[in-house]
Amino acid sequence: MSGVRHGRRGEGIRTGHQLLLLGGLVLFWLLLWGSFTPMDVLAGIGVALLATRIFELPPVQLTGRLHPGWLLAYLVRFAGEVVAGSVQVAAYALDPRRQPGTAIVEVKLVTRSDLIITLVAVTLSLVPGSLVIEVDRARSTLFLHALGVSDAAAVDRVRQRSLDTERRLLRAIGSHSEYRKVSR
Amino acid sequence: MSDDWADLVSAGLLLLAAVLSLAAGIGLLRFPDALSRMHAATKPQILGMVAALAALVLSSGSWTTLLVVLPILALHLLTTPMAAHMLGRAGYRVGHLRDDLLVRDELEDDIQRAQRAGENPRGRRPGRGR
Repeated sequence: MSGVRHGRRGEGIRTGHQLLLLGGLVLFWLLLWGSFTPMDVLAGIGVALLATRIFELPPVQLTGRLHPGWLLAYLVRFAGEVVAGSVQVAAYALDPRRQPGTAIVEVKLVTRSDLIITLVAVTLSLVPGSLVIEVDRARSTLFLHALGVSDAAAVDRVRQRSLDTERRLLRAIGSHSEYRKVSR
Repeated sequence: MSDDWADLVSAGLLLLAAVLSLAAGIGLLRFPDALSRMHAATKPQILGMVAALAALVLSSGSWTTLLVVLPILALHLLTTPMAAHMLGRAGYRVGHLRDDLLVRDELEDDIQRAQRAGENPRGRRPGRGR
């Protein structure tokens, strides 16, 4: 964590982030009801404020950088991996001859940002064939359970694929310094 | 005419969703240990869910359906990894996995390293809530 930022500028960024998240909650509320009258908007704002007050969480530290092109590349690649992984896991399930091998793989991430670690973990968990079973936040290390791993080379492939996922995410929304680290 | 095509495509998508759910069910039965079963239980079903929702939007043919479907998908994508992670983590700690099918366990290596170094004298696993 980079610690609490002081000064008016940091305060302004914090408020901006909070408003962004609040806006997301209001939008979510409107989508759930499927109607967009002023009354719904007001109710949405009320519920969003209530929810963020009752379930108060530490503020999410956004990285402050967004590259739409890399974000699109990340999303397309993610969709492709979900499809490929779904087919593969389904094939393992339907193949009566053998049991797929498994491994628990340690992935040391580059990033130090909580948000990026979370997003990498969520992405890897959604892609069939890998499952995050442990997170070491202090060392930004993930432990994945991977399905369909038969030898040491396959273990390294899983590790490399996870690091590639992280790199794509950092390119899309990583902070400037971490973006430079992966684009070298 | 275009309605026919929409119906055909959504029927295909529903079929895909059904096949993936079937595969998930069979995997749940066949896979040997808790962690492997988590893969079957949570994964093929994501694509199946997307296919089923897409079929719904196509066959209803209205934008409001899409607006209802999007939050469903978003909630699904956000909550599934959490459930899988909590179950998988618990499964690992309780030892619901078959060592003979495990090619490598780097978490076990890490725990042993930490224990040797005396960082974790009580044998606590790394990364637990601080």
